[in-house]
Amino acid sequence: MEQKPLKKIDIIFGWDDNCTPIQVVEKSVKKTPESIILDMIDSGLKGRGGAGFPTGLKWKFARNEEADAKYVVCNADEGEPGTFKDREILDRVPEKIFAGMTICAFVVGATEGYIYIRGEYNFMLKTLQQKIDLFNQQLHELKIDFQIFLRSGSGAYVCGEESALFESMEGKRGEPRNKPPYPTVSGYNGKPTVINNVETLVYTSEICRMGPEEFKALGTHDSRGSKVFSVSGDTPIAGIYELELGMPLKDFVDEFGDGDTKAIQVGGASGHCVPRKKFNDTIIGFEGIPTGGSMMIFNSSRSMYNVLHDYLEFFTEESCGQCTPCRIGCQQLLKGIEAVKKGERPPTYLDDLKRLTATMKIAAKCGLGQSVANPFTSIVDNFREEIIY
Amino acid sequence: MTNTEVLIHELVEKHGKTRNALMPVLQGVVSREKFLSEEAMIAVARELSLSAADVYGTASFYTFLDTKPRGKNIVRVCKTISCHMQGKEQIIKAIENHLKIKVGETSHDNKFTLLTANCLGWCHKGPVMLINDEVFPSVTPDKVVAIIEEFSKKTI
Repeated sequence: MEQKPLKKIDIIFGWDDNCTPIQVVEKSVKKTPESIILDMIDSGLKGRGGAGFPTGLKWKFARNEEADAKYVVCNADEGEPGTFKDREILDRVPEKIFAGMTICAFVVGATEGYIYIRGEYNFMLKTLQQKIDLFNQQLHELKIDFQIFLRSGSGAYVCGEESALFESMEGKRGEPRNKPPYPTVSGYNGKPTVINNVETLVYTSEICRMGPEEFKALGTHDSRGSKVFSVSGDTPIAGIYELELGMPLKDFVDEFGDGDTKAIQVGGASGHCVPRKKFNDTIIGFEGIPTGGSMMIFNSSRSMYNVLHDYLEFFTEESCGQCTPCRIGCQQLLKGIEAVKKGERPPTYLDDLKRLTATMKIAAKCGLGQSVANPFTSIVDNFREEIIY
Repeated sequence: MTNTEVLIHELVEKHGKTRNALMPVLQGVVSREKFLSEEAMIAVARELSLSAADVYGTASFYTFLDTKPRGKNIVRVCKTISCHMQGKEQIIKAIENHLKIKVGETSHDNKFTLLTANCLGWCHKGPVMLINDEVFPSVTPDKVVAIIEEFSKKTI
């Protein structure tokens, strides 16, 4: 499989004084929307929130819709355990997000944009609002008919799911909707909506600044470009790092591990746990294990039972409760591993629980319930004895 | 009109008289009063022409929109994995001992409510604590007690 060595990149947080975000907007609106869509598709950019949908296609679908109103929404409801990159981006280079939203609005024909930021980040609302006001003013001066508004969440992980986020913006419980219709057909207020992650929007404006070629030169065939990683856990250098996609996990461990790494949880609580023996043949990217950026490192002092227990507790609390497979499934998984640990159930009960996660993967309504199978099976399969004894 | 009703009226003026304004209005009430009383939810329903059940339905979904009485300062300690690994237990214990309350309870002087929270997004600088909207990364048991004392002095 194609792979790239670990390489640090400086696109997201880099700053070009000769081409500031507002200048990127100015330059982009002189092009045609079609040519910007082609650039996005050509760049190979896929969504950086975790799901990895091709950004150019999303914009194209929204552009092709006929509607009296369309919206651009920036998903800043970063809630995946182990992820904190969007907070850093919102703090350090928010203008790049605004620029990406404006270019998207120009492409699809939207006049209003919303940033939905999680309630846990309320401390940055005031500064962010000031920066938005300034940017809106600049857009007004450039006679660009687009304004950005700020909305905040109130502590619900599931609102990071795009349709739950729209429900929340509409003043309702954050319960995911049935799909289809997808947001590009029916999103906020039932209108065509492009919803992109914070980091994705920054890359769109960067691709407009530097051209798709430079972006495309990074990464592999299936995972173009770079990505911001949130590194935490047993590492001497926890923090935010932008890395080229397509690196083997081994390179990552060599760079960030503490020399005693036993497992890495790639993609947060809803991601996959990779044990030491698989570091060599695991690629970080869409062809291997994709991630929204969360990389949690565990050394041999950690009990993987505790890790799994934490994750299941998290999902049990954050499940919106709307669909039965997720609501009851999460509770039963948590109770189940506790019972196995206490010896109230035989170790083979773990296989029953695995079948339950398989059902949840098919029957749960949204990504939350569907993805519980990822941490569950990867931890149980690789650290079975730690769960039992 | 009571103080709460005046506040709600102002919030509705600012955010609009539509269902889409419900979250910002409820957040505005919580930001000042720390929780949503029955009276507040009924007033919001009346102002936005919604049923009180709809308002309660939305409010009760969100962790940060409390419908139970809370103290003047809400302390939330992150309990998710990274903070767990970095010692959230000791942080919670230090606060419990200092305030003489357990997680979920409010101190007798009504100055603090202690809660835990799911991932607050500071996994590289845990353990982390929020007091109201303010964030305190990389705390230690000694530090949290000092921070809480600071808040206690500021709170009348």
